[in-house]
Amino acid sequence: MSFVPGQPVTAVVQRIEIQKLRQGDKLILGFSIGGGIDQDPGQNPFSEDKTDKGIYVTRISPGGPADVANLRMGDKIMQVNGWDMTMVTHDQARKKLTKQKEDVVRLLITRKSLEETVRLQLKSMLS
Amino acid sequence: MDTESTYSGYSHYSGRSRGSHRHGERSRDRHKSRSKDSRSEKSVTINTPPAEPLLGDSTARSEQAQDDNWGETTTAITGTSEHSLSQEDIVRITKDLEDSVGLDCRRYFTRAVAVILGLLVFLTPLAFLTLPHILWPEKLQSCGTACEGLFISVAFKLLILLLAVWALYFRPARAGLPRVFVFRVLLAVLVFLLVVSYWLFYSVRILDSQDTNYQGVVQYAVSLVDALLFIHYLAVVLLELRQLQPCYSVCVTRSTDGATRHYNLGQLSIQRAALAVVENYYSDFPIHNPALLSASKSRAAKHLAGLKVYNVDGPGNNTSAGLVQSQSRAMIAAAARRRDTSHNELYYEEAEHERRVRKRKARLVVAVEEAFTHIKRMQDEEQKKAPGDVMDPREAAQAIFPSMARALQKYLRTTKQQHCHSMESIQQHLAFCITNNMTPKAFLESFLTPGPSLQYSRDHWRARQWTLVSEASVTSGLKDGTTFLLKCVDFSLVATSKKIPYIQMSEEYIDPKSHKFVLRLQSETSV
Repeated sequence: MSFVPGQPVTAVVQRIEIQKLRQGDKLILGFSIGGGIDQDPGQNPFSEDKTDKGIYVTRISPGGPADVANLRMGDKIMQVNGWDMTMVTHDQARKKLTKQKEDVVRLLITRKSLEETVRLQLKSMLS
Repeated sequence: MDTESTYSGYSHYSGRSRGSHRHGERSRDRHKSRSKDSRSEKSVTINTPPAEPLLGDSTARSEQAQDDNWGETTTAITGTSEHSLSQEDIVRITKDLEDSVGLDCRRYFTRAVAVILGLLVFLTPLAFLTLPHILWPEKLQSCGTACEGLFISVAFKLLILLLAVWALYFRPARAGLPRVFVFRVLLAVLVFLLVVSYWLFYSVRILDSQDTNYQGVVQYAVSLVDALLFIHYLAVVLLELRQLQPCYSVCVTRSTDGATRHYNLGQLSIQRAALAVVENYYSDFPIHNPALLSASKSRAAKHLAGLKVYNVDGPGNNTSAGLVQSQSRAMIAAAARRRDTSHNELYYEEAEHERRVRKRKARLVVAVEEAFTHIKRMQDEEQKKAPGDVMDPREAAQAIFPSMARALQKYLRTTKQQHCHSMESIQQHLAFCITNNMTPKAFLESFLTPGPSLQYSRDHWRARQWTLVSEASVTSGLKDGTTFLLKCVDFSLVATSKKIPYIQMSEEYIDPKSHKFVLRLQSETSV
């Protein structure tokens, strides 16, 4: 998940679709995000590379839509509904996630364990 | 017996060095020199064994060359050293040093030289000016206006020279140093050479040829006075200014209780540095209290007191040296094996002492505060109204002293300071504090903390005799690593000098606008 500035980022991603839940007059997703290009990347407990300014999932409310959709804490969000999340400010990320007109968000997330799973699968497939 | 051998190396050489001093000059280079105030003078006598180690008896050591353990017995043996002297000799020599005719003679000699040189210096220009008038008045050209202007110049310059010499040299002598002051001798010689060369020139070119140009003579006299003023400038730089820039840091330790201070000195000779150290000692070091050292001595005695060594082999088998050696080694071994609980005693004794001192101090503070409430300063208006029972400070002090006397005496006894303060001095101090409106705390401060030697009555520090012991010559300059010893009757001061390092300082410019800050954000938003 480390990135080299100027080079395209390659990562194994998982597609997660979350249905927003209506709570009062708001649509919520049930998780919290942290990070962004205007934030301090050193404080991120989930990132491997402490210069990574991407958006990370910092908290999942249990039983909420994100939890149901198998989003895990520590996941890095790469795309939201086609919008890139690797080089956005914190506020831009929030806006993309909380569009009230949309009631479903399709996320592309990546996590460390994904890469390992894929590698193991490949090995078992090839051997 | 042991003390005699430690003196033996020194006293023998001191006899030799004293002779050389009688011929050495210590002349002041100008006018009548400072009047010696012998009351406050501290005379430092030379005691440098040339090229000898500072401690230890090399002669004793060489005679035990076959003995492998000479390191344990360096200061022990009398009788085998060819330089040993008996106790009577020591006393005789010290008496000689104290009221020796040689030292007085030296002082008068230097004073006489200074007076002669001063008179020579001041009268020479006047002589240059008046001799032509006396010797060949008829041939002399009359003095024009320029020439008479030069008279005024000569007069004022001589006056300035007189004032400058008075300012620099007419000061009471601070101390008597063992060796000549090299710079002063140099300057005296320089002045003498200058004056002599001027006289030579004058006598050959002017007196012999009876020069008629009086203006030239006057200008010659003016040039002499100018040269003298410049030599005075040189004297100021050499004697006063050169040592002001700190160059060496001298660490001074008192040998009895380890009190240490550091001083920054400039480029001085060892004897002048020693003088600076002694003068600073009187105002910086807490007073030397021998009563505080008795505890460690008694502990040291107790370490070996329980052991007694018996010589089983019988007399005549060992030499005295071998016997002492084997005795001390046996004692060391036995003491190491013995289970020593003296550290325990020390700990509890010190804790107990601490507690006692604090209790006595509390009682003392309360007693003094109460005593001070009994008297009140009378205002001026009241003075006219009630003339009876009015006391001056001394009587007031005497009136309130008895109420605090007991507590004060007990406290002084506990802290072993009672010999430093006499009743008279305490009452004087109390009167002084009352006169100056001091609080009880201010009055007590001089008793609670041991102050510098200057604070106590004069017999504690008056007319101290110090002996400078140094391996290098005392007129040589201080260098990095120079060590010298200043011995007094009760203790000695060990001084070591270290060079202050060369400081390389560089600058860094910070633009005031370059101070910018950003917030460290780590916000978490729930979506």
